[in-house]
Amino acid sequence: MTETEFQVRDRVERRDAETLEAGKRVDRVTVIRPAPRWPHLDVQELWHYRELLGRLAWRDIAVRYKQTSIGVAWAIIQPLLTMVVFTLVFGYVGGFASKGLQYQVFSYSALLPWFYFASSLALSSGSLVSNRALVTKVYFPRVLLPLAGVTVPVVDLLCASVVLVGLMIWYSVAPSVAIVLAPLFLLLALVTALGVGLFFSALTVRYRDVPYAIPFLLQSWMFVSGVVLPIGEFPEYAQWLLALNPMTAVIDGFQWGVVGTEPPELAKTLIGVAAAATFFVVGLTYFRRSEPRFADTI
Amino acid sequence: MATAITVEELSKRYRIGELQSAYGTLRDSLAAGARRLVRRDHKPHYEEIWALKDVSFDVREGEVLGVIGRNGAGKSTLLKVLTRITTPTEGRATIRGRVSSLLEVGTGFHPELTGRENVFLNGSVLGMKRREIVRKFDDIIEFAGTEKFVDTPVKRYSSGMSVRLAFAVAAHLEPEVMLVDEVLSVGDAEFQRRCLGRMEDLSQSGRTVLFVSHNMQAVSQLCDRTIWLEKGEIVRDGRSSEVVASYLQAGHGTSSSREWPDLVSAPGGDLVRLRSVRVVQDDAEAAAVDVRRPVGVEIGFTVLRGDGEAVFPKIKVVEQQGDVAFNAMDTSPRWHDPSAPGDYLSTAWIPPNLLNEGMTTVHVGICSLGGAKLRPHAGCHDAVSFHVQDPGEGDSARGLFAGQLKGVVRPTLDWTTEER
Repeated sequence: MTETEFQVRDRVERRDAETLEAGKRVDRVTVIRPAPRWPHLDVQELWHYRELLGRLAWRDIAVRYKQTSIGVAWAIIQPLLTMVVFTLVFGYVGGFASKGLQYQVFSYSALLPWFYFASSLALSSGSLVSNRALVTKVYFPRVLLPLAGVTVPVVDLLCASVVLVGLMIWYSVAPSVAIVLAPLFLLLALVTALGVGLFFSALTVRYRDVPYAIPFLLQSWMFVSGVVLPIGEFPEYAQWLLALNPMTAVIDGFQWGVVGTEPPELAKTLIGVAAAATFFVVGLTYFRRSEPRFADTI
Repeated sequence: MATAITVEELSKRYRIGELQSAYGTLRDSLAAGARRLVRRDHKPHYEEIWALKDVSFDVREGEVLGVIGRNGAGKSTLLKVLTRITTPTEGRATIRGRVSSLLEVGTGFHPELTGRENVFLNGSVLGMKRREIVRKFDDIIEFAGTEKFVDTPVKRYSSGMSVRLAFAVAAHLEPEVMLVDEVLSVGDAEFQRRCLGRMEDLSQSGRTVLFVSHNMQAVSQLCDRTIWLEKGEIVRDGRSSEVVASYLQAGHGTSSSREWPDLVSAPGGDLVRLRSVRVVQDDAEAAAVDVRRPVGVEIGFTVLRGDGEAVFPKIKVVEQQGDVAFNAMDTSPRWHDPSAPGDYLSTAWIPPNLLNEGMTTVHVGICSLGGAKLRPHAGCHDAVSFHVQDPGEGDSARGLFAGQLKGVVRPTLDWTTEER
């Protein structure tokens, strides 16, 4: 589909964007014009809007904990119950391998980053459509919406981590030194979720059936991410193929640091990082190219 | 004085096909793509419209610029481009200072959050810094008169309260440039009045205002200068009184009187042409009428042939909400035969205490009988409009009641009561 005509975007230039103290004139100049065919990410502008990002993320968290009666408990119950079911089905009955750990520790330590990824992906994918009122009425960099979507589940992750600490104490599992790298692996999950989320959120504006596909996608994705069965149990050639899925690197790396399993292979991790970067660049490019049409088609 | 807004050859193109597929499904797009592939036809078939075409103008600092035009003339698109909600296809615009539009009032309000939380959220959405909101917070709450409910979720507010709070946030934004779309500013009459009042305040304090409206009276009153858009292009740009006058003469908008001095271009055909329509009360033209006295709709028309059909004047009266109050035609025997060529002036007298309060619009036609339907020979939609007012002195249908009575009509009835 040729859409060159529509590749327009405005760019903002600000000589002195900071609001001066009350009483003084604001010297802000906004230039509105069609944008280049391949728009870049205006980092300076994003920085200017950082407070709004925080505010949007805070809103989603506040609303969630106000609307649900057990609030924060949801963040714990979901991975916990999933862990119990997986342990019964795959651990006891199926006798699946679990990296030499108790299946419940293996499962929960994998579900933690997975749930973060899954809710980030779902939230950021739906972020444009669920904020239609904002998109059609006021200007701000639209990237903020999917970005807020991957920020909010961090709170859930922190809450659910408490249970992991409890499990590790109960089963005497010690973390390794690589625990310092764990946040980096979570960042990898964030970048992956954001890349895919950017793509899907822009796609959802045009095609309203995308949201129906997301739960199915996530379900299939989970089984090839090492949540149920460690990636090391797959045949060697399949492992290289699965390395293209950044979530295998995330989960292997996270477990390496937090529950002290075998370190992941560097090459496979790098493949995952490269794949995540590709997702991010493709997602962002598609998002930015569709951005001028959001308000017209949403 | 410096320029606040510079618009240079701004154009915006929409594809009709694209608008239609706004809620398209992936399947539809894939199917369309496949069809194109099979037909080796790589150009998608879109009909294009230019919502804006080479629009250029400057607005000086402190100027109040009116933008008028019919629906679909590009007024709203212009505002959307200037507020950066959508992007132009060509051209550029430069705006100096903080921009705000009344479109944004209440944007981002979340019912689950408290008044305090919503002020912060809404303020951020509108572009205020945290510091700034903290500084203005007390003023905002006081302006809205919601001090007692600061920590109550907005879902428990009355609709009036949440509008007031939203408006208070917008009112404290202190923009240098204000964009107002009367057409889009939803809300009740009270809210609309607030918007207009706020605009006046702003312009008096030296802010630049761009005011999009259908209300010709408001435009000529509030704006120094007006541009008239038609099919995305500027037709006229000049002093408000002159632009509004020529806009009305061209047959757009409504006022309490209208004239077609040129017989050839007047509405109608070779049998009869409409020449003038006027609202009168107490022997004078009136834009606002007293509900307690008769209102006349004076219709001037010229019959060109004496051998045509028998024609007679007819009016259709539409009340504020767009509901038809009634149709009426002159049924007197003088119209039973074809009239002699010449000028006629007929006045339809609407009885006192019949119409409800508010803006009333009259469509005018010169018709002949045609079986089950009237056959129009000359006519004008939205020919004139007038505002029906109740002075509230107790002798109208409202009596001593201070509120508004609902209904298309508002007659005074004879009541009989017997004591038994």
